[in-house]
Amino acid sequence: MHTFAYARPATLAEAVALLAEHGAAARVLAGGTDLIIRLRDGTLVPDVVIDLKRIASLRPGVREEAGLVVIGATTVMTDVAADPLVRRHFPALADAAAVVGSVQIRNRATLGGNICNASPAADTAPPLLVYDATVVAEGPGGTRRIAVDDFFVRSGVTTLAGDEIVTAIELPLPALRMGAAHERRTRRRGHDLASVTLCCGVREDGVTRLSYGSVGPRPVLRVDETGILADPAAPAEARTNILEQLLADASPSPRSMRASPAYRLAMLRVLGRRALATALERLEARA
Amino acid sequence: MSAMAELFPIELTVNGRRRSLEVAVHHSLLDVLRDDLELTGTKECCLVGECGACTVAMNGQIVDSCLVLAVEADGAEITTVEGLAAGGRLSPLQQAFLDTGAVQCGFCTPGQLVAAADLLARNPRPSVPEIEEGLAGNLCRCGCYVQITEAVLAAAREADR
Repeated sequence: MHTFAYARPATLAEAVALLAEHGAAARVLAGGTDLIIRLRDGTLVPDVVIDLKRIASLRPGVREEAGLVVIGATTVMTDVAADPLVRRHFPALADAAAVVGSVQIRNRATLGGNICNASPAADTAPPLLVYDATVVAEGPGGTRRIAVDDFFVRSGVTTLAGDEIVTAIELPLPALRMGAAHERRTRRRGHDLASVTLCCGVREDGVTRLSYGSVGPRPVLRVDETGILADPAAPAEARTNILEQLLADASPSPRSMRASPAYRLAMLRVLGRRALATALERLEARA
Repeated sequence: MSAMAELFPIELTVNGRRRSLEVAVHHSLLDVLRDDLELTGTKECCLVGECGACTVAMNGQIVDSCLVLAVEADGAEITTVEGLAAGGRLSPLQQAFLDTGAVQCGFCTPGQLVAAADLLARNPRPSVPEIEEGLAGNLCRCGCYVQITEAVLAAAREADR
């Protein structure tokens, strides 16, 4: 591994100042499960690595405040998956966090890191999109809130400014009942990234939110407001048509070694139907 | 920036023993365990967090030590495979690995043992799917998965007696 300077700020202000000082020559370290691989293989050669894990105000954890569930950016997947607030209000996010990597990876990989790394295959992205999450970022100008749908650009690229640090992810407590489910295909559980990762949420007012990743440059959110997908009694053909419309933004790369476009597009439909069925069951169970 | 590695003082507890040392900031916890502390039970293999050969417990949670910088382990409690045998006696889990033939070439065994010990600490009576999930981050190129699963089940039964 190339050498670098290691900074361990104690406050968020210090971390923001370090990032402002070093700019693109600095990299922020949270769980390290992506960063350390890229430091070792030389695809990243920063002068400074800024470790966020000793910043008191960034202590990991989940809390409820003012109609929101707030997940600290440095909260690891194991703790997201096990958290009672997440499990009660956002079970598809808990399910997604529980299938990221292996136990060893989930004990280190953070929610903030998963979205900042902006892999199209990030498993937490589809549920965060379905649950309408907001990314909270701190920079020299203060705090900025970014809707998660406006956060992802393409693989490895987000709308986070170079001098900003993600501090938390906010999830609005649902005003309407919602049933949601996460589904995923992978070549080998515990190791590989998702070939398809998908989340479907159905609200009691008939709105269906469908989000999917690993089938294009960024995770996609599409919404059905016709109520047709949410209605199991609607004609099968009508439901298939709507589902096809929602899935039309998938454009898997033919160059991926993980799965062929044909396989991904076929599995997207299987997982879409499966997640929709589970979401409807969960909505029913919440009634 | 100079090519000289920056050194950083850290203190950690490894298998119950406090250690103070200066580590290069770009060295992993795995590097420091093996090269500075000469605890070579923990193996270096894929270096991308996929194989689990470098698994150690850090503050009671298993991690791939190839994906942790040594400086991040400052203040941490680390358990490596060397810490599993209390008083020089194999743990029931270690003995079960031998008894079931779960050790073939042995290279993945330290990581498998640390991950399996963590699983049993969290879940003393795991089902086969729970064992498979708990050990999903540990590859065995000899293909001893069936025997490893048997060993974990046997260790769980032994603890119940």
